[in-house]
Amino acid sequence: MNMLAPLTHWRTLCSRNDLVANSGVVAWLDGTQVALFHLSGDQVYAIENRDPKSGANVIGRGLVGSLKGRTVVAAPLYKQHFRLDDGLCLEDPQQRLRVWPARLNGDAVEIALG
Amino acid sequence: MNIVIIGNGMVGHHCVARLAEQGALERFQVRVFGEERQRAYDRVHLSEYFGGRDAESLALCEADFYARHGVQLHLGEAVTAIDRARNEVVTAQGRYAYDHLVLATGSYPFVPPIPGAEGTSRLVYRTLEDLDAIRLAAQGARRGVVVGGGLLGLEAANALKSLGLEAHVVEFAPRLMPVQLDELGGEALRARIEALGVGVHLSRATEAIVAGSQYRYRMDFKDGDSLETDLIVFSAGIRPQDALGRAAGLEIGPRGGVAVDDLCRSSDPAIYAIGECAAWNGSVFGLVAPGYSMARTVADQLTGLDATPFTGADLSTKLKLLGVDVGSIGDAHAATPGARSYRFIDEATASYRRLVVAADGKRVLGAVLVGDNSYYDTLLQYAQNGIKLPADPSSLILPVSDGTPTLGADALPDTATLCSCHNVTKGAVCCQVDAGVTDLGELKSATKAATGCGGCASLLKQVFEHELTARGVAVDKSLCEHFAHTRQALYDIVRVEGIERFEDLLARHGKGELGCDICKPAVGSILASCWNRPIQDPALVPLQDTNDTFMANMQKNGTYSVVPRVPGGEITPEGLIAIGQVAKKYDLYTKITGGQRIDLFGAQLHQLPDIWAELIDAGFETGHAYGKSLRTVKSCVGSTWCRYGVQDSVGMALTLENRYKGLRAPHKIKFGVSGCTRECAEAQSKDIGVIATEKGWNLYICGNGGMRPRHAELFATDLDDAGLIRTIDRVLMFYIRTADKLQRTSVWRESLDGGLDYLKAVILDDSLGLGAELERQMQLVVDRYECEWANALKDPEKLKRFRTFVNDHRDDPDIHFVRERGQRRPARASELSLIPAEEVH
Repeated sequence: MNMLAPLTHWRTLCSRNDLVANSGVVAWLDGTQVALFHLSGDQVYAIENRDPKSGANVIGRGLVGSLKGRTVVAAPLYKQHFRLDDGLCLEDPQQRLRVWPARLNGDAVEIALG
Repeated sequence: MNIVIIGNGMVGHHCVARLAEQGALERFQVRVFGEERQRAYDRVHLSEYFGGRDAESLALCEADFYARHGVQLHLGEAVTAIDRARNEVVTAQGRYAYDHLVLATGSYPFVPPIPGAEGTSRLVYRTLEDLDAIRLAAQGARRGVVVGGGLLGLEAANALKSLGLEAHVVEFAPRLMPVQLDELGGEALRARIEALGVGVHLSRATEAIVAGSQYRYRMDFKDGDSLETDLIVFSAGIRPQDALGRAAGLEIGPRGGVAVDDLCRSSDPAIYAIGECAAWNGSVFGLVAPGYSMARTVADQLTGLDATPFTGADLSTKLKLLGVDVGSIGDAHAATPGARSYRFIDEATASYRRLVVAADGKRVLGAVLVGDNSYYDTLLQYAQNGIKLPADPSSLILPVSDGTPTLGADALPDTATLCSCHNVTKGAVCCQVDAGVTDLGELKSATKAATGCGGCASLLKQVFEHELTARGVAVDKSLCEHFAHTRQALYDIVRVEGIERFEDLLARHGKGELGCDICKPAVGSILASCWNRPIQDPALVPLQDTNDTFMANMQKNGTYSVVPRVPGGEITPEGLIAIGQVAKKYDLYTKITGGQRIDLFGAQLHQLPDIWAELIDAGFETGHAYGKSLRTVKSCVGSTWCRYGVQDSVGMALTLENRYKGLRAPHKIKFGVSGCTRECAEAQSKDIGVIATEKGWNLYICGNGGMRPRHAELFATDLDDAGLIRTIDRVLMFYIRTADKLQRTSVWRESLDGGLDYLKAVILDDSLGLGAELERQMQLVVDRYECEWANALKDPEKLKRFRTFVNDHRDDPDIHFVRERGQRRPARASELSLIPAEEVH
């Protein structure tokens, strides 16, 4: 890696128009599946799409909500909850989904690659 | 200290789990030997293995449980000898030293020596491997026989039945379940089981097994009779697996089993025996609860705790065998001198109850129940806790007009055992409540109550809520953390205030800004029941559970199944061909459903709009298989074709299905319409059942199949078409208005204060003056019906969501299928490694 490059590299995944308000969609990122949730206040969350319990790529189709003040998504098959900000599973803290910082930059939906 | 446990069954595992619970595993070096290759699994629910549960889901602990606790687990490694002189156990692989040895080797099935019994005529039913052997033998077989009509034998018969075989039970004794049931109880059970199509052959001793003419084998009985069959499963009792103890010179009980004292110590103080391999007071206990007690007694001694001695076991049991309730409590046979019995017999439904009371008439000694176990909990509490009988003891077993008498939670003494699997008393629950526990889930994880067989769950909840109330803690009936209202209250608010959006309801009557996966679908359902707007409207989409959002049913690999509506199960050849063409084009797995329609499996998200465009073109509408809404109206062909039919059941089914399709409710709703009293449409197992009479229609309500079957109750007789529809309108709307979230009509009906009589008063006599309003509400929903898929296909905005990836056109590369019996199905985890690498990304 070029040491002079800025540490955070923002990558465009799709456009604002691809998102669904208060719900999720899924984007393809070089072999990784990223679920994108668009909440009020133009807040965008990016979280790994693979559900570790079922092994199926379904997190992006889960219902979003809040539990004890944290924004979560309920996995659609077995209903376990993952926090959108850090990916932690509330029912099984040993499990954690990968999350990416995400933002709306004009019409572009961007996530930060490490 | 070295501890060796031989046996990794339920009891052996419980002993390790108990040690882990006390944090003792760090201090000890623990080794566990299991003869089977599978780690400890739930043998009590073994029959579910044929119902689709896999070995992994039957496991009693996570795969890494033993490793995590530093326990050496030797699976598939049988112990061949105990060297007591050197305190070592011997296996083919080596020798292992012990300071304490625990035998938990269980039992093995007893197979009587019958000439000709071998291979598939000598199967047994105890381990997962046994079940695999039965499954293999069932291939190409039509009929299977179980020898032994006891508890396990009937379980095995159920397993054969679930494999699609014609099942028969052959019992040596003159009745079924001779240990638990008396003669009349056995008779009632026989009648019920025969009605399910299982052959029952009593007082039969098998002399020989020879080659059959119609089937693989012929069993010749001592009385000269014979029975042909393709396979035979022996379930004629168990024998303690005590060979290691015998060979090591330990004292053995009179009927087998390693003899143990009250602390489960064998004749060698370094060796314990627990579970079915142990003989306490000469008795071997073939149930899991006493085995668990023994495991705790031993684990507590090892950790230096004050161990509770094992003092025998209560062998009362409550079971569902082949779907039939059977209960046996204490002295079921009235063997106690002077015991007197009360009996209730209903030959019409083959129900039987016997109450055995002490000579002084003050205490319950035992009971037998066949057909209805709702009496069990109360009777068991009376028996176990010596509660004084009511003035009229027969009231404990007599049917009552509504519900069964339940012993109030307050009447139980603190010593009363609520959960016998984990030995949790009412006192222990009270302790938790005193310590501040106010949440049922928390209580369960703290005490483990209701986490074994789960039979005590309703009693536990009752006691818990009673104790909370007694301490002045309001029992929280809130929907979730966002709404401090019940579903019923929210429904009323939505109607009275005319609210059509979740945000408005949350802002005015809830907390927070987002809601959660409990309140959003519940409110989504209420809004749909009240206003019936298309669920794909932008404001409604985020409320829907995943299946409603995509208007299809998500399956385990993330693909969907699609079900077009086939009203009344009537379909034209053109319709069948169209469905077939769609299935073929998209390579969908097809299966006929129980509701007389066709389910198409394996569609990816982005394929759904194309599939539906083609189905709608062919004249189909959505079947709402994904919704908490009307599913199907099952019908027989009725008077149009059938020589017995008295009304046009298909015509009525079409009318009803077309009227109520799209109606959203607290839970799914199923109908059945039969053209005569032979009831081929099974209407009495449906939420709404209609059966034709000479004069019109009889209406049955609140039946259910599934997990908790319930017969529908006769609600009104000889209705004309208009009267039938008016009554159904009212019943359904009243249900929608008053039920709890996700409550089926059967549970709603049982929880309704005043029961069936109250419901009849409200619906038929209009005692609340609600009738006209309920009908108006239903008419609004009916008038606003629109096929949700047709609606969505018209709107590109709504179709945006139906993309597997918003920035790429590929399929989900992680979805893999294999072909089986001419169709594709999801690949199992074990098959993925066999798929060529280039297919796996």
